Amino acid sequence: MIALLGDPLVQRMLLVGVLVGAVAPIVGTYLVHRRMALMGDGVGHVALAGVAAGWLAGSAAGLAQRDALALPGAVIFAIAGAIFIERMRSQGGAADVAMAILFYGGIATGVLLIGIAGGSNANLLGYLFGSISTVRWLDVWVTVGLAVLILVVGLGLRRALFAVTHDQDFARSTGLPVSVLNMIVAVLAAITITAAMRVVGVLLVSALMILPVAIAQQLTHSFNRTMVIAMVIGTVLTVTGIWITLYHNLQPGALIVVLGVIAYAVSAVGAMLLRRRKANR
Amino acid sequence: MPEPTTPATQPVLHATGVRVVLGDQEILHGVDIDAHPGEVVALMGGNGSGKSTLVRALVGAIPLSGGSVKVFGGDRDRAAHRRIGYVPQRVTAAAGVAATALEVVVSGLLAGGQLFAPRRATERATAALAEMGVGWLAHRNVATLSGGQQQRVLIARALVRDPKLIFLDEPMAGVDVPTQDALAHTLEEHKKAGAAIVIVLHELGALASVVDRAVVLEGGYVTHVGEPPTALGMHALPGHEHVHAHEGPQPPERAFLELDLEEGA
Repeated sequence: MIALLGDPLVQRMLLVGVLVGAVAPIVGTYLVHRRMALMGDGVGHVALAGVAAGWLAGSAAGLAQRDALALPGAVIFAIAGAIFIERMRSQGGAADVAMAILFYGGIATGVLLIGIAGGSNANLLGYLFGSISTVRWLDVWVTVGLAVLILVVGLGLRRALFAVTHDQDFARSTGLPVSVLNMIVAVLAAITITAAMRVVGVLLVSALMILPVAIAQQLTHSFNRTMVIAMVIGTVLTVTGIWITLYHNLQPGALIVVLGVIAYAVSAVGAMLLRRRKANR
Repeated sequence: MPEPTTPATQPVLHATGVRVVLGDQEILHGVDIDAHPGEVVALMGGNGSGKSTLVRALVGAIPLSGGSVKVFGGDRDRAAHRRIGYVPQRVTAAAGVAATALEVVVSGLLAGGQLFAPRRATERATAALAEMGVGWLAHRNVATLSGGQQQRVLIARALVRDPKLIFLDEPMAGVDVPTQDALAHTLEEHKKAGAAIVIVLHELGALASVVDRAVVLEGGYVTHVGEPPTALGMHALPGHEHVHAHEGPQPPERAFLELDLEEGA
């Protein structure tokens, strides 16, 4: 077990896992609070189109590493998609239909473009479901940068972001820059998704943001504590999942999400029994 | 009931010709409203008359389509927002993540565009909750509190900065009698301290002794300014002996009615 920790690949995997597991629930808490838990899925789907566009640009430019532009492409597309969804939401329009169209459009465009750029089904699966075992040091440093940004902004502005996601009218009455703060939540969501994409893939990326929050909600009724506990749970889930796949030939992204679902079920049943016992007393 | 008076002081709130269009519907058709230091103005009218929309427009929660809102003698800039308190209508739908009463009240301290909580935020929020008699609920989930308790938390959030212009949107709706009395007492205190208060009410109830003046809305028009109507009947209509004539846009039906009367005379 200790010997494995000396392996640079294992180091990279665990480092990315810890970072992503810890920061994904920060934005997840704001999204759940605003009842936008599915926004991450929409943005994730759009990010795939960005990956493919980056890939296409890379191969058109004749780059040695054809997917070198995949991550920048994902960041740009995810931010654009998140801003679009936020605008639809704030204007109170048919946000659900718009989001549905983004879902299909993003995935379909992504699959088509990766094919056109000469990508294989294995490449595609890597982006859809994660490919943490292929992370390079460059990926690690990019993830460190994104994670620090999310930590600083997401935690630093937590009072203001709470105020805006909790009661928008009241926040406006106090003179908070509500539209700017809403955009910050959207852009943070997009950045989180591109950072987490490597670990669980675009199809499951939202789970890393939402599941830890859903579990933490069973344990506390404070907003701040929900966020902190969710960060701990997110870290434990990703590290546990990655650790298990070192010994068993399992898909890490899917395993992390299944572990999260099991943990949620256990915490929900436990909280229900606790409530019942309290009521009977 | 105190006599309706027009204080000699500069109004803290001076809104003229406020128009609000939501979607493709014009909700307010040019509303004037003033509030002076130490004055409590009851904003009354039936359901759908535009009371909540007016309050939301006055605090800056929704944009104006026309007219102007001056507060403290100037525009609603950051410094002005710092001195405005707002108690929105209590919504029953809980937010996605639980939040404690203390967290909700602390959010009231971010004012005037300030993104971070000031020093001693927790202490001040705890004191504001205690003042509303709900200090013991500070660490409870707001969504699980009773209607009256939730209302007190929302009032604590609005008053935590000691604002000088306070808007309350139907704070008495679905609230128990002790909470109504506590609210009347709190408003009395802020009135004495010189705050201007605009309060949306269906009936005066426990606040009858605190209210100085009423502005009655009907279909997005002001139909009455003056002594608070005891019930929303004939008493509230213009033409009644102690009702001050209100200049400004009138509902079209009423203009029509007056025309008919003139023709008949």
